[in-house]
Amino acid sequence: MVIESAKPLIALLAPVAGALLVMLSRKTPNLRETWSFLASAFMFGVIVSMVPNVLGGATLHYTLFNLLPHLSISLRADAFSMVFALVASFLWMVAVFYSMGYMRGLAEHAQTRFNAAFALALFGAIGVAFADNFLTLYLFYEVVSVVTYPLVAHHQDTEGYESGKKYILYLTTTAKGLVLPAMILIYVLTGSLDFANNVSTGILPAGLNHTLVTVLYIFCLLGFAKNGIMPLHHWLPSAMVAPTPVSALLHAVAVVKVGVFSTTRVMLYVFGVNTMDALNLGIPTAYFVSFTVIVASVIALSKDNLKARLAYSTISQLSYIILGVALLTPSGIQGGLVHIANHAFSKITLFFCAGAIYVACRKKDISEMSGLGRSMPFTFAAFAIASLSMIGAPPVAGFVTKWYLLLGALQAHQIGIIVVLLGSTLLNVAYFAPVTFKAFFGKRPAGEDAAGIHEAPLAMVIPLMLTALISVLLGIYPDFIMQFVKAVTG
Amino acid sequence: MDFLILNEGFRTLSALLVLPLAGAIVLLISSSVTFARLWTLLITTIIAALSLPLYWGFDVSTARYQFGEHLAWIPSLNINYTLGLDGISLLLVLLTTLLMPICVLASWKYIKTRVREFMVCLLILETSMLGVFIALDFVLFYILWEAMLIPMYLLIAIWGGPRKVYAATKFFLYTLAGSVLLLVAIIALYIKTGSWSIPLMMGQEYSTLFQTLVFLAFFLAFAIKVPMFPFHTWLPAAHVEAPTVGSVILASILLKMGTYGFLRFCLPITPAATLTFMPYILGLSVAGILYGGFTALAQSDMKKLIAYSSVGHMGFVTLGIFVLNTQGVEGALLQMINHGVTTGALFLCVGLIYERTHSRELDAAEGIGKFMPIYITFLAFFSMSSLAFPGTNSFIGEFLILAGGFSQSKIVAGCAIPGAVLAAAYMLRMLQRITWGAKSNPHPEILSDLNLREVFTLAPLLVFVFWIGLRPEPFLSVMHTSVAHLLEQVHQATPHLMTAANLLP
Repeated sequence: MVIESAKPLIALLAPVAGALLVMLSRKTPNLRETWSFLASAFMFGVIVSMVPNVLGGATLHYTLFNLLPHLSISLRADAFSMVFALVASFLWMVAVFYSMGYMRGLAEHAQTRFNAAFALALFGAIGVAFADNFLTLYLFYEVVSVVTYPLVAHHQDTEGYESGKKYILYLTTTAKGLVLPAMILIYVLTGSLDFANNVSTGILPAGLNHTLVTVLYIFCLLGFAKNGIMPLHHWLPSAMVAPTPVSALLHAVAVVKVGVFSTTRVMLYVFGVNTMDALNLGIPTAYFVSFTVIVASVIALSKDNLKARLAYSTISQLSYIILGVALLTPSGIQGGLVHIANHAFSKITLFFCAGAIYVACRKKDISEMSGLGRSMPFTFAAFAIASLSMIGAPPVAGFVTKWYLLLGALQAHQIGIIVVLLGSTLLNVAYFAPVTFKAFFGKRPAGEDAAGIHEAPLAMVIPLMLTALISVLLGIYPDFIMQFVKAVTG
Repeated sequence: MDFLILNEGFRTLSALLVLPLAGAIVLLISSSVTFARLWTLLITTIIAALSLPLYWGFDVSTARYQFGEHLAWIPSLNINYTLGLDGISLLLVLLTTLLMPICVLASWKYIKTRVREFMVCLLILETSMLGVFIALDFVLFYILWEAMLIPMYLLIAIWGGPRKVYAATKFFLYTLAGSVLLLVAIIALYIKTGSWSIPLMMGQEYSTLFQTLVFLAFFLAFAIKVPMFPFHTWLPAAHVEAPTVGSVILASILLKMGTYGFLRFCLPITPAATLTFMPYILGLSVAGILYGGFTALAQSDMKKLIAYSSVGHMGFVTLGIFVLNTQGVEGALLQMINHGVTTGALFLCVGLIYERTHSRELDAAEGIGKFMPIYITFLAFFSMSSLAFPGTNSFIGEFLILAGGFSQSKIVAGCAIPGAVLAAAYMLRMLQRITWGAKSNPHPEILSDLNLREVFTLAPLLVFVFWIGLRPEPFLSVMHTSVAHLLEQVHQATPHLMTAANLLP
């Protein structure tokens, strides 16, 4: 059932209005942050108001512009989009508080630009979530690339500019060089770019040249480079020069999830499970991203800088999502998609902790964090909970993912994938456990003393506690997200 | 005369030709600088207003030439004064008329010497440019085509930069060399058909050799004008030395005459030769796209950067024309308008910086974002349009051209894709440096933000960027019938050759 409704549009415009108000109130920081928060709360409210309809099996639809025959800029809210939209809009609210604490705590420059670009990044992310066709998806995908550039290059020093250059180079080159031709070719072949209304059929007509379809598929898989699949992942670690709230929301939630969301949306709603099955595209993809899962974890082990370790952990975890969907079994797809939410809450907690540690005592390297747990118990407790989720231990959110992924791998009879999942779990333990362990049980390095170090401002600690708590709740009550995910697979 | 729908009542097309000339003559009697500016603004605005009914009154259901006018001129030689407008020329005429008032506004302060003469040049240029698009008699066309060179030469040679004479002469010689061959082709066609009427020359059974020779003569003339790689070397020189408005007119309108020539002459008059040469021209187009993109990436002079980007963008236009299908040709036509809007606006933007810093170097423009936020907002949107960001005008054009390209040949269209990537690279590079820069700008005191007049020169163009980008239908609907008719002319003449073209990879 399709309901014509302007609600997706209203949700989409909230962050734009927020960005404008933020720019207008640049002289009064408190008012400025109030606008940010109101925009995020409003957007979340609108998205929540769509939940009953979507759970009732309806799709909300709104057409903005008709460009060419069968080619429009239009929005849809279905179960698949709700997973991402709910998570991103909720975490934006939390992040507004956190970034206020962080940016003021460090007296960062250009806070207005920062807040405005932040809101616009959410505009792009929600646009991707609500895209009704490939073109709209591509449009907002590019919007995200452009508006996040000022965030990555925020410090405006050599390192910031270099990283910004790398960031925009990787993301626009892949999008224009791979996704754009694939999209135009699909339009030429099918005469339309509208997503299918289920995950099975896709939109490609039968009888197309198999090689051509395979090439198009590979272009889409690699072209959405925000998904962090190796070898096109280098932009992500270098983007970590950005202020931590950016890393937290954008590079654990909005930007990278835009990448995996776009990839999986196109896999399921353009190509479709049937076509992918028939051309045997699923399992090779699963093995291809397994490489990223394992190698990124190994690299994470070698990183002493906490944000760098988290960045590689993100690269590894993102590939879980694609791996799950690529298994093409119901449980696999469910496991992959639910990880969009689970990873978001847990990873944002970890980044929030990294930022809180930096604000509290200017430490970036894990080796310097020994013994800090006793001075900052709440931060490190949250870190521990989120680490458990990343590892996949019950009862935290990540366990739900692992459960469904393993189930999916069993359904697909892929022993190799099971080995990959178990191996990566061990690696997760190896790179996360020492951080918490040393923080609580290690000694302060010689010559340093923990006196004077205490928790970061409440505006930072409360958000990270909240997201850690939700990580646990999602583990204990997985049904809230699972009901959307199950509606996707039908 | 069944190709022409004669105009009853007010002769709009003649008015478009006569008014600028009359305005130029009035200018000669007054020596007041302010009067010259105001008068030219008034005249160009009236012409723009006069041209709008052409759009409303345009009948989209016919491919015949509308608003037609026909008068005997030199009966002994069968030379007539024939004007008409179809779906291919309509938007180009409107682009010209609407852009001219903007050009006058943009040169308000920029031109300080010989203002009256400058305005006279602009008005004469307007007559000849409009004439090229609406003339349906070859002699009339050719006279106006050549007449256009003189005011353009003067614009560059008098009001240009330090190497203005070199650039103007190069521009003149290149274009003239092409025009001479054009004249030969026209006379050959006259000898064959006994008529100077352009529509009557279409659909004739010319021999293959004759078609080939005529096509090559046409092609060289128009390829220089576009300019297609490797005939482009006059363009960067001319753009760099020309005054802002000279660059705007050159990029927005003069370059379109080359591609208009392909559509009006090469395709319908010599269809068999068009099909024979199609693969080579597609190759040249792709070469131009890539060459323009790479070269633009290496420029430190903003005008050169945009000039080379034009080579790339016009490569997309010729690619669209010569894939010879509906999407490609309609995309090319739309992209001609888009390029006129966007590149014109970008040249205006560079001119605005030049008026402040007296430099076109990127280095001198670094980091002005902090001081000129309104300017940067405009520049950002026009840059996005230039790199074909979805939602802007160029995206629709490029999308159609590439869709047409992919239906014709996946390899050719695939080779053009890196050009799209390069466009993002050089535009974002320029935008990044102007907005932020590696360091703060050395002379913040001279960087005043845009005044109201300057905003008025850019704002209308921005409206079109998004209008075409988000609602292209009003622009595409006027061309459907004419483009369909054009392709029919190409394909009917030579069905067997079309199968040969289908063998392209």
